[in-house]
Amino acid sequence: MSISSTELEAAGAPETGALVAATDPRRSVWHTLLRDPSAIACLVYIGLVIVMALAAPLIVKVSGWDPYEFDQTAIDPNLGGIPLGSWGGISAEHWLGVEPQSGRDIFARIVYGARASMLIAVSATALTTVLGVVFGLLAGYFGGRTDMVISRFMEFLMAFPALIFMIAVLSALPADNRQYLLVLVISVFGWPYLARIVRAQTMSLKQREFVEAARASGASRTRLVFTEILPNLRSTILVMVTLAVPGYIGTEAGLSFLGVGVVPPTPSWGQMISSSVSWYSVVPTYFLVPGTFLALLVLSFMVLGDRVRSAVDPGGR
Amino acid sequence: MSLLSVRDLTVTFGDTAVVGGIGFDLPKGGSLGIVGESGSGKSMTSLAVMGLLPRGAARGGSIVFDGTDLCALTERRMRAIRGDRIAMIFQDPLSSLNPYYTVGTQIAEAYRSHRSGVSRRAARKVAVEAMERVHIKEAGRRVDDYPHQFSGGMRQRVMIAMALSTEPELIIADEPTTALDVTVQAQILDLLAEVRRDTGAALIMITHDLAVVSEVADTVVVMRHGDVVETGSTEQIFSDPQHPYTQALLDAVPRIDDEIGDLRLLSGGEA
Repeated sequence: MSISSTELEAAGAPETGALVAATDPRRSVWHTLLRDPSAIACLVYIGLVIVMALAAPLIVKVSGWDPYEFDQTAIDPNLGGIPLGSWGGISAEHWLGVEPQSGRDIFARIVYGARASMLIAVSATALTTVLGVVFGLLAGYFGGRTDMVISRFMEFLMAFPALIFMIAVLSALPADNRQYLLVLVISVFGWPYLARIVRAQTMSLKQREFVEAARASGASRTRLVFTEILPNLRSTILVMVTLAVPGYIGTEAGLSFLGVGVVPPTPSWGQMISSSVSWYSVVPTYFLVPGTFLALLVLSFMVLGDRVRSAVDPGGR
Repeated sequence: MSLLSVRDLTVTFGDTAVVGGIGFDLPKGGSLGIVGESGSGKSMTSLAVMGLLPRGAARGGSIVFDGTDLCALTERRMRAIRGDRIAMIFQDPLSSLNPYYTVGTQIAEAYRSHRSGVSRRAARKVAVEAMERVHIKEAGRRVDDYPHQFSGGMRQRVMIAMALSTEPELIIADEPTTALDVTVQAQILDLLAEVRRDTGAALIMITHDLAVVSEVADTVVVMRHGDVVETGSTEQIFSDPQHPYTQALLDAVPRIDDEIGDLRLLSGGEA
């Protein structure tokens, strides 16, 4: 900080490009991401999966096979239903081969499986974000007894053997609306991880002078929490969300693998991997295809989350 | 009648009193300096007036502002006064603005929260006018800038503009120049004086800097260990200090025409 001449300059200086870019935090994040090839690759792949999920019926019409349609001509009934042809029956007819025994088109099932994976992961992320932010803000801002109740509850949830509980609950309850149930169960156990971080940041933010200044200008509690503190958590939440999505994709695949996820015949990637296990030595592509799609999607979200973090927070502030 | 009249004000944390029964009066449009070393309770006094004491602190005595006892008000009614009729300027202009909003938005929102039914556009006009009043050049363009694009002195001007937007009757400035360098300090003090001339607002200036007090205050309250040791007009305090602590405080100010000797120490007293 120096004398008045600098101030005059600062007041009169024309805006440079860099200054303008730094003006809007959201825009500068985009700029940084779009300059990074690996971030672009991740965005492209994620975009592709999203398009697959959204336009599944359309894509399946083009490829010609329904995910539930049996094709007895593509498998060899004399050899226990192994797909005809090499590479698990990959051909112009079946782009990614067919399932052993049933002859269902793997490409169609991957496309529909993307639907289940993305829908569950995105809804679970949305729900955990809302819960995590609200409870984290409440605990961090009000402190005292509110904080104690919320924090103990979060610790209870985090210490709880979540996976065993999920398997038990999901297999005990009727399977009609498994998707919604999955989202609910995943979210109930997922929100404390975000809430803890939001709570800690809120506790430090509420001590900052601009919050004090806003209070001195007559701001209500609601305004302090939602318009002074919450926007400052934006980058944290953004990073947590991009890292939460792959986690929930993995959880959904894991639960489907364990047989308590999406109910067959509705396809899901985890469930496809699960049913490919007994065939891996005979038809390795049946395992490789959904495995690759799943691994790439999780990897893309992870890398993207990492890049978002460094774009949002270059100096590790 | 005085605008603000404080009687037997105490602030306690459990059994410890950080302000032990002080009192002072401030006439309409007057200015009062509260001086004292760190921990003398001067900031707690101002926070008590604003009703912004930290959790666990208890307030006693009476604070009468324009005929209303602030201690008896509900939080809701206090909030309506805070920022509207009594405004506060903080020590560190670097951190007292929210980094996520443009300065214009922050001034406009502070104004709108006290004037119901004011459109965003009208509030923005108020923000530009307030920024012009504190001599921020090209206010119409700077209103859309973020705090990090301003220098420290400019940010303090923004804070003053925010405080002024509602035309308060009393401005409490808690060490408003401590974080700024000397030239900028002088500009900010001049600005405060000018603003008071224009609006007729009263001022409580809290500082440990005697030079600042001598420049802006009509009356001075010297605090130590949560008590008032001396009150008087500025001339009287500076020319003829009665209390030994005030004398020691004035002696501790380095003078350019003095020989350089040992630093004078103030005895700790019973803390």
